[in-house]
Amino acid sequence: MKWLFLLVALVMLSAQRDPILVPEVSQDDVQVQQGFTGTELLLFGAILDPTGARAGRDYDIVVVLKGPTEPIALREKARVGGIWVNADSTAFQSAPSFFAVASSRPIGEIVDERTAAIYELGLDYLQLSPTGAIDPEEQARFTAGLVDLRSRQGLYKQVTDGVQISEQVLYQARISLPSNVQTGTYTAETFAITRGRVIASAVAEVEVRKVGFERFVEVFSERQSLLYGLLAVLMSVGMGWVAGRLFALI
Amino acid sequence: MDVYLPIANLSVNGLVIVGLGALTGVLSGLFGVGGGFLTTPLLIFYGVPPTVAAASAATQITGASVSGVLAHGRRGGVDYRMGTVMVGGGVVGAGIGALLFRFLQSIGQIDTVINVLYVLLLGSVGSLMAREAWQAVRPPEGGERKPAMRRRHHRLIAVLPLRWRFYGSGLYISPIAPLLLGVAVGALTMLMGVGGGFILVPAMLYILGMSANVVVGTSLYNILFVTMATTMMHALTTHAVDIVLVALLLIGSVTGAQFGTQVAQRFKPEYLRLALAAIVLLVTARMFFGLFVRPEEIYTVVPL
Repeated sequence: MKWLFLLVALVMLSAQRDPILVPEVSQDDVQVQQGFTGTELLLFGAILDPTGARAGRDYDIVVVLKGPTEPIALREKARVGGIWVNADSTAFQSAPSFFAVASSRPIGEIVDERTAAIYELGLDYLQLSPTGAIDPEEQARFTAGLVDLRSRQGLYKQVTDGVQISEQVLYQARISLPSNVQTGTYTAETFAITRGRVIASAVAEVEVRKVGFERFVEVFSERQSLLYGLLAVLMSVGMGWVAGRLFALI
Repeated sequence: MDVYLPIANLSVNGLVIVGLGALTGVLSGLFGVGGGFLTTPLLIFYGVPPTVAAASAATQITGASVSGVLAHGRRGGVDYRMGTVMVGGGVVGAGIGALLFRFLQSIGQIDTVINVLYVLLLGSVGSLMAREAWQAVRPPEGGERKPAMRRRHHRLIAVLPLRWRFYGSGLYISPIAPLLLGVAVGALTMLMGVGGGFILVPAMLYILGMSANVVVGTSLYNILFVTMATTMMHALTTHAVDIVLVALLLIGSVTGAQFGTQVAQRFKPEYLRLALAAIVLLVTARMFFGLFVRPEEIYTVVPL
């Protein structure tokens, strides 16, 4: 606590005029269990002047919620001899399993392309680290395909008026997580932007994890595969047998 | 009723899955097929990842065939010797299937191969069944019907060495033939997530020439053990068996199967076979066109 106070004091004493972001997430621990059908996260916070007063000027807020990244291969179907088969493919080293951007105005009006690319603001600026295709045109096609696919699965999204700012101090954004999200550590990054420049940013973490029975099943199937398989077989045989006996009585 | 599937990683409407199980259960009760050829594609259509769908469907078929095996076994409708030889082949086949699966997955052609296999197998079995059932249903034209052809095994089977006596089936043939048949069906089970009954039954009748009263029971006996082996194979390699999904499917299918069995007793078997042939051909036609029509998803994601 003492340290935090000192740190705040240091920031306040410094001549720096950039405001401070104080971000908060409604839920820093999303529990995936029976009945989980997705959830809505409220990302909110305040932007303050170093003097503790409100920042007192207009700024834009962009919130980026990003799920754990994973290496993937993306396959593209094409018509070969009349039938549709997987033809081309490429690999991405760091495809986020979830990516949502909310901003107070369209990204294009807030920052220029270069800044957007640096801070990964928006689905057009995803840094996927492609390793397969070298041809930039082909890369763009694959990237667009991935974004389109995951957008329709509810995993990638961009809301241009998703952030509300009130009184130049408080902001809030709502981002919904669908039920098919991957578990892991999600990062919620908030950027305050004025005149095309990022003046403050802050990160909060959200842990999405399976709990209870669901966690048990997942861990069990991974670590005790043999036992899990036997249990599945036993359950299957048992249910079939019991049903057969029950109906024989009727 | 929302149910979260812990391995498939998504939330589904539990009633839909139970209904799907019931549908395949009714089919299996009515026609004596496992219904895997419907479960797997429908689950994939509902959003379940393909591997999880195939693995869980195999586990479900185990449960769905238990009561059938018991019922047929009680009235002597299972040739255990023949069945065990096939199971031996089936376990080997499941292993081969697993290797094939991994290879095809790595080159990205697993979906195409599965679809083409479905079209070829379902198409040929469906038309064979339709023709046979139609001839049985159609009123005999002038004169009496041709006497049923004498049951005989295929000539190629007769040349195989090492003959065994299979009393239940009324055969004296080499065990190599059913063993190979078992290998082929086992590989298909692993690849396509089907029990293989729709291939086994005609093959036992027309290739091996087994007597008709043990065919369905022996086929179910084989399916029971081969799907067990498939479940274990999936549990150990792909970790794709979703026990919650299996339980939901089973609730539907075991009750549906009983219902189907009751209904089946009210209809003539020829009409039932004709109806099954129609369903099989419909599914085939749908899959056949699916090969040529531009798919909804051009892109698919595969974890590396």
